Amino acid sequence: MYPAPFRYFRPSSLGEAIKLLSELGDSAKPLAGGQTLIPVLKLRMDEPSDLIDIARLPNIRYIQNDNGQISIGALATHANIAMSEISKQVPIVRDCAGGIADTQVRNRGTIGGSVSAADPSCDWPALLHTLDAEIVCQGPNGKRVLTIRDFILDSYTTALTDAELVTEIRFKVPENHSGGSYIGFKKAAPAYPAASVGIQIALAEEDVCKDVRLVLSAAGPKPVISEEAEAVLRGNSLSKDNLEKAAEAIIAASDPPSDSRGSASFKRTMLHSLFMKAANIAIDRARGNNIIGAHEYV
Amino acid sequence: MSESTQLVPITVTVNGKAYQREVEPRLLLVEFIRATLGLTGTHIGCDTSYCGACTIIVDGDTVKSCTLLAVQADGSEILTVEGLEQDGELHPLQQAFSQNHGLQCGFCTPGMLMSSLALLAENPDPDIKDIRKRLAGNICRCTGYQNIIKSVQAAAKSLRED
Repeated sequence: MYPAPFRYFRPSSLGEAIKLLSELGDSAKPLAGGQTLIPVLKLRMDEPSDLIDIARLPNIRYIQNDNGQISIGALATHANIAMSEISKQVPIVRDCAGGIADTQVRNRGTIGGSVSAADPSCDWPALLHTLDAEIVCQGPNGKRVLTIRDFILDSYTTALTDAELVTEIRFKVPENHSGGSYIGFKKAAPAYPAASVGIQIALAEEDVCKDVRLVLSAAGPKPVISEEAEAVLRGNSLSKDNLEKAAEAIIAASDPPSDSRGSASFKRTMLHSLFMKAANIAIDRARGNNIIGAHEYV
Repeated sequence: MSESTQLVPITVTVNGKAYQREVEPRLLLVEFIRATLGLTGTHIGCDTSYCGACTIIVDGDTVKSCTLLAVQADGSEILTVEGLEQDGELHPLQQAFSQNHGLQCGFCTPGMLMSSLALLAENPDPDIKDIRKRLAGNICRCTGYQNIIKSVQAAAKSLRED
């Protein structure tokens, strides 16, 4: 399979890349790791006139922790992030980064590319909701910072404007006595998940939830969140009953498509068991236990 | 569309040998290796970034060469399955696959070998779980994975004893 012809540019700075994108117009596309874009081009689902290769732009691949404020350069690969200190400190990040596709794809795919693609099955957009992350964008009119909620607008649709690029992802290391878990179900490592769940919990005291973020992925056109489901848990006991109620509330807000990965009702059942599993891992981690959990596949 | 005739000069080192070529931007790295350089050991299986038959090593990392453009590899050091054999002697991984029935039709084998090579470079003594996890992006449809895992373990042992 061959992509349709396109012209190729490899600018040497971010400024030059933005200038090129702005001059060439919206038929030009940025290319980072290419792990989402190249399959799309090969299937001819998109035929850009020009590709602007930004993968080698300097100083956008960092992973930093400045007193608990994490900043990840948009060109950091899933593999870079999975193997970073941040992944050790914030297990939900390791679950996500280390669970995406397979080693080969993680070696090339970037976090910036994943959030910019906004594929409803991509894990980063959902995961970043559990950490209230911010997306730093840079374009012809300078820099702006959006919350992940304001950034992901719809399936394959972000708030990025013409010639604007994601340059950094920011979030805070969760407070003490917090724990999170991100689990997806997929039929094989390289497949997109049929459904995924992310849960980040802060404990007030044993079994009482101080604060919580819940998200479902691949369960609608964009990551599914539910204030109602979070309110069931916030300030309350993390009993099995309450977890069941929260699961029910957020799954009611989801709209998983019936497709080759499963029927909508299969996915709802799957979301429920993933939710309970992720909640239990998150609670265990919040209590200080080191639990390994990531995407599951048969 | 005159733009389609754009040719981009690239330089890559493949299995220790430097190549300079002019390529169309849409040329996939796997096609460049197979058709332009004539190194057909790297296979095209699914052509959708799924099966891992096209796995090669670029600057130390395994990648699926069907999901990379040749222009993206400009300036890089590439290792393909042809680079494993040294002075007519099969690499210990190749010997182990041969001795442990790690292949039947052999179509997935080049990718399996490259992923296994990268694993053993990082972890000389992987357990079964490590091997399964690392080979999760390489699909075999005939041998079954048991003998592939056995082969990787045998190669690890022989490399450790070297």
